[in-house]
Amino acid sequence: MTADSYEDVAVGKNDPIPALEVQPQDLYHAKSFWTRWIFCQDAKVIGIQYAITAVSIGLVAMVLSWMMRLQLSFPELVPFLGPADYYQFVTMHGMIMVIYLLTALFLGGFGNYLIPLMVGARDMVFPYVNMVSFWVYFLAVLVLVASFFVPGGPTGAGWTLYPPQAITSGTPGGDGLGIVLMLISLSIFVVGFTMGGLNYVITILQARTRGMTLMRMPLTVWGIFTATILALFAFPALIVSCIMMTLDSLLGTSFFMPAIVEFGVQSEHSGGSPILFQHLFWFFGHPEVYIVALPAFGIVSDLISVHARKNIFGYRMMVWAIVIIGALSFIVWAHHMYVSGMNPWFGFFFATTTLIIAVPTALKVYNWVITLWKGNIRLTTPMLFALAFIVTFTNGGITGLFLGNVIVDVPLSDTYFVVAHFHMVMGIAPVLVVFGAIYHWFPLITGRYLHEGMGKFHFWVTFLGSYLIYFPMHYLGFVGVPRRYYEMYESPYIAASTISLNQFITIAALAVGFTQLLFLYNIITSAKLGKKAERNPWGACSLEWQTADVPATHGNFGKELPVVYRWAYDFSVPGAKEDFIPQNVPPSAVPGAEAIKT
Amino acid sequence: MRKKESIFQILAQKPWDPSQAKIDDMHEGGTINLSKGKLGLRFIMFVSTIFFCLFIVTYSDRMVYPDWQRMPEPWLLWFNTAVLFFSSMVFVNTQIASKNNQFQIVKKRLLLIGFLAFAFLIGQLLVWQQLIANGVYVSTNPSNAYFYVFTALHGLHLLGGLVYLYLTIKKVWISSDIVVAKVKHTVDLCAIYWHFLLAVWVVLFGLMLFS
Repeated sequence: MTADSYEDVAVGKNDPIPALEVQPQDLYHAKSFWTRWIFCQDAKVIGIQYAITAVSIGLVAMVLSWMMRLQLSFPELVPFLGPADYYQFVTMHGMIMVIYLLTALFLGGFGNYLIPLMVGARDMVFPYVNMVSFWVYFLAVLVLVASFFVPGGPTGAGWTLYPPQAITSGTPGGDGLGIVLMLISLSIFVVGFTMGGLNYVITILQARTRGMTLMRMPLTVWGIFTATILALFAFPALIVSCIMMTLDSLLGTSFFMPAIVEFGVQSEHSGGSPILFQHLFWFFGHPEVYIVALPAFGIVSDLISVHARKNIFGYRMMVWAIVIIGALSFIVWAHHMYVSGMNPWFGFFFATTTLIIAVPTALKVYNWVITLWKGNIRLTTPMLFALAFIVTFTNGGITGLFLGNVIVDVPLSDTYFVVAHFHMVMGIAPVLVVFGAIYHWFPLITGRYLHEGMGKFHFWVTFLGSYLIYFPMHYLGFVGVPRRYYEMYESPYIAASTISLNQFITIAALAVGFTQLLFLYNIITSAKLGKKAERNPWGACSLEWQTADVPATHGNFGKELPVVYRWAYDFSVPGAKEDFIPQNVPPSAVPGAEAIKT
Repeated sequence: MRKKESIFQILAQKPWDPSQAKIDDMHEGGTINLSKGKLGLRFIMFVSTIFFCLFIVTYSDRMVYPDWQRMPEPWLLWFNTAVLFFSSMVFVNTQIASKNNQFQIVKKRLLLIGFLAFAFLIGQLLVWQQLIANGVYVSTNPSNAYFYVFTALHGLHLLGGLVYLYLTIKKVWISSDIVVAKVKHTVDLCAIYWHFLLAVWVVLFGLMLFS
C-alpha cells in the first residue's frame, strides 16, 4: 500500500491512537525462585544471565592475556608457563573474547534486555526457546572450561584452529580432548545462538508495538537485528567446519587433513584440503567481526544522540550503512587468506571489496561526528566511552585499509601489526561501547547510577591505557616482530627496542586490566549503594525508559503497551518544553513542538 | 498492519517527517503477514538450508580430487526414500483432515507418520550396518564420509521433527473446541517441516547418486 492511500485516513493531528489489546495469557509467569531467577523466561533476566556468564568467562580470558604479556616481557615472573601453556592461553583468550564474551554479550545480553523494551513488546516471542538458548550457551561455556582440565589441556592451535596443525600431536591439545572439546563447545554455542537469534529476529519483525515502524526503531535495535541476520548466515559455516574437523580428529576422515608425516610416521589421512577449512572459517570469521561491530555501531549512535541532545544525523543513511556493511561483510572473507597462496586475481577481488566496505563505515563515522556538531554535548561517562569508540574504531579501521591491500598485507601478515589492528578495531572499540552502554543503561536495570568518579577513572585508564598497549604494537609489527612466538630470544632480526617496548606494553596492559576490576567493584557496590536515579535520567526518547516501573518489571509496560508517535531521536525540538520528546508522547501533549528536517 | 511494502520502500521512509508520521501512527507493529510460529519455522528451515548448502559446497569441492570414489548405493536407500516420501504424502492427507475438523483421522495419521519416521531412521541405520559389514567405513573414502555425515545430520533433523510431532500428537489428543485453531496451526507447521525434510533428503540423495 502506498503512502498516498493513507491520506484519507481520519486521524486528527492530536488524536491519540488507542493501544492494542494484549491477551494476558500470552505472558509467562514465574511461580518459584527457580523459574524466576534460574530457568527464567523473562528476556530481561535472560539478558542479565547472558551478561554475567559472558563477563565471567571474559575475566578468565583477561587473566590469560596477563599471563601471555608477562611471559613476553618478564618471563622470570611466570616460570611455570611453558610454550604449550602459552599457545593454549593465546588460543583460549582469542576464542573466549570473540565468541563467548563479545558475541554473547552484545546479542544475548544487550539483545535480550533491550529488544523487547525498545520495540515496545512485553517479552520475546518464544520465551521458552529463549530460556533454553541461554542454558545451551551456558553448556557451551562449561564444555569450553572443561577443556582446561582434560589431559593435555585445551587446544593451543590459535583461535583460527587451522588444520592440519590443530589436530596433530605436535600442537598442544591437538591429539587429546582439548581440540575436540573446543569444536564441540563451538557447535553447542551455534545451536544456542540460533535459538536466541530466532527470538531476536522475530520479536523485532513481528512484536513491535503500535506505531513502531521499522524506521522508527532506535539504531541499537537495527544493529542487533542486522548482526543477528549476519550470524544466521555465518554461524552455519562455523558449525559445518567444526563437525568436519571433529570427524577428522576422532574418526580419521580426511575432509581437511592432507597426507602428512607426523614425527616420522605417515598419518592415516590423505587428500583433505586445509584451505577449504580456511574458507569456511573465514566465511564465518569475517562476518563475525560485524556481528560484534554492528550492535556496537547501533548502541554508540544512540549514546551519542542522547548525550549530545541532538537527533542522530542521517538516520536513514545510518540504517542503510548497517545493512550494506552487513551484506558486504560476506564478500571479503579471503582477505584473511592473502598468504595462503591464492590466485592473485582472487586477492585483487577481495582487496577491492574490502576497501569498498570502508565507504559505508566511513559514512557512519562522519554521521557520528556531524551529530556532535553544535550539539549540547554532555561529557557523561557513557558519552566519553562513545567518543573514545569513534576515535578508536577509526584508528583501528585505518590500519585495516593497510592490511586490506595484498601488497601491504604480505609483509605485515603474522606480525604484531595484525594483532594491534584487530585488537583496536574489534577488541577495544566494541569493549568501549560495552562500557558506555553499561554506564548508560545501569540506571534502567538497577534504578541506580554507577559511581561517576570511579567511572571517569575507569574511562581514562582504559582509553589511554589501550593506546599505550596497541600503538606500540603497530611499531613492533613494522619492525617485523612475529605474533604467536612464545619468546623472542636474542636475534639480529629483532630490534633491541622491542624488549623494552614489550615491557612497557605489559605494564600498560596490567594497569588497564586491574582497572576493569575496579569497574566490577563499581557495578557490585553501585547496584546496592549507588546514587538513586530518577526516571529516564539521561532524557532519552526511546521506549526502554518509558516502562510502568523502573527497573522494568515482568511484562515491561504495565496494563497497556505504549503507542509510538515519533522516531527515537526527537531531541531539542523547537517549541517543545523539554529537550526531548519520548516516542510514546502524542502530538497533542507537545502542542508547540515543530518537527524539522534532520 | 501495512503489507506488501518492499524493503526498499521501508528503508526510504523519513520517520521524522510529519506526513510520514501520519502514516506510521497507523502501523500496528508487525512486518510480515505470517504467524510467529510459521515465521519461526521458516527461520529454522532457512538456517538448516544454509547449513546443508555449505556441506554441499564442500562436497562439490572435495569430489573433484582424484582420490574420490563412487559410493556404493544400497537398494535399501531407495526403500527408505519411498518411506519418507510416503510419510510426507500422509501428512498432506492429515492436513486436509485437520482442515475439515476430522480429528479422529488426524490422530491416526499422525501416529502412522511417527511410525514411518522411525521406520526411515531404522532403515538408515540398517544401511549403515550393511556398509560397515562390506568394509565401507567413514574413513575409507571422502564420499563415504559425506554419506555418513549427510545421513546422520538428516537423521538428527528428523529426530528434532519427531519431538515436534510428539508435541503435535499430544496437542491433538487433548484438543477441545477452544484450541482447535491452535491444533490446526501446529499440524500445519509440523507438515511443512516434514515436507522440508523430504526435500532435503531428496537433494542429498540425488547429490550422492549422481556424483
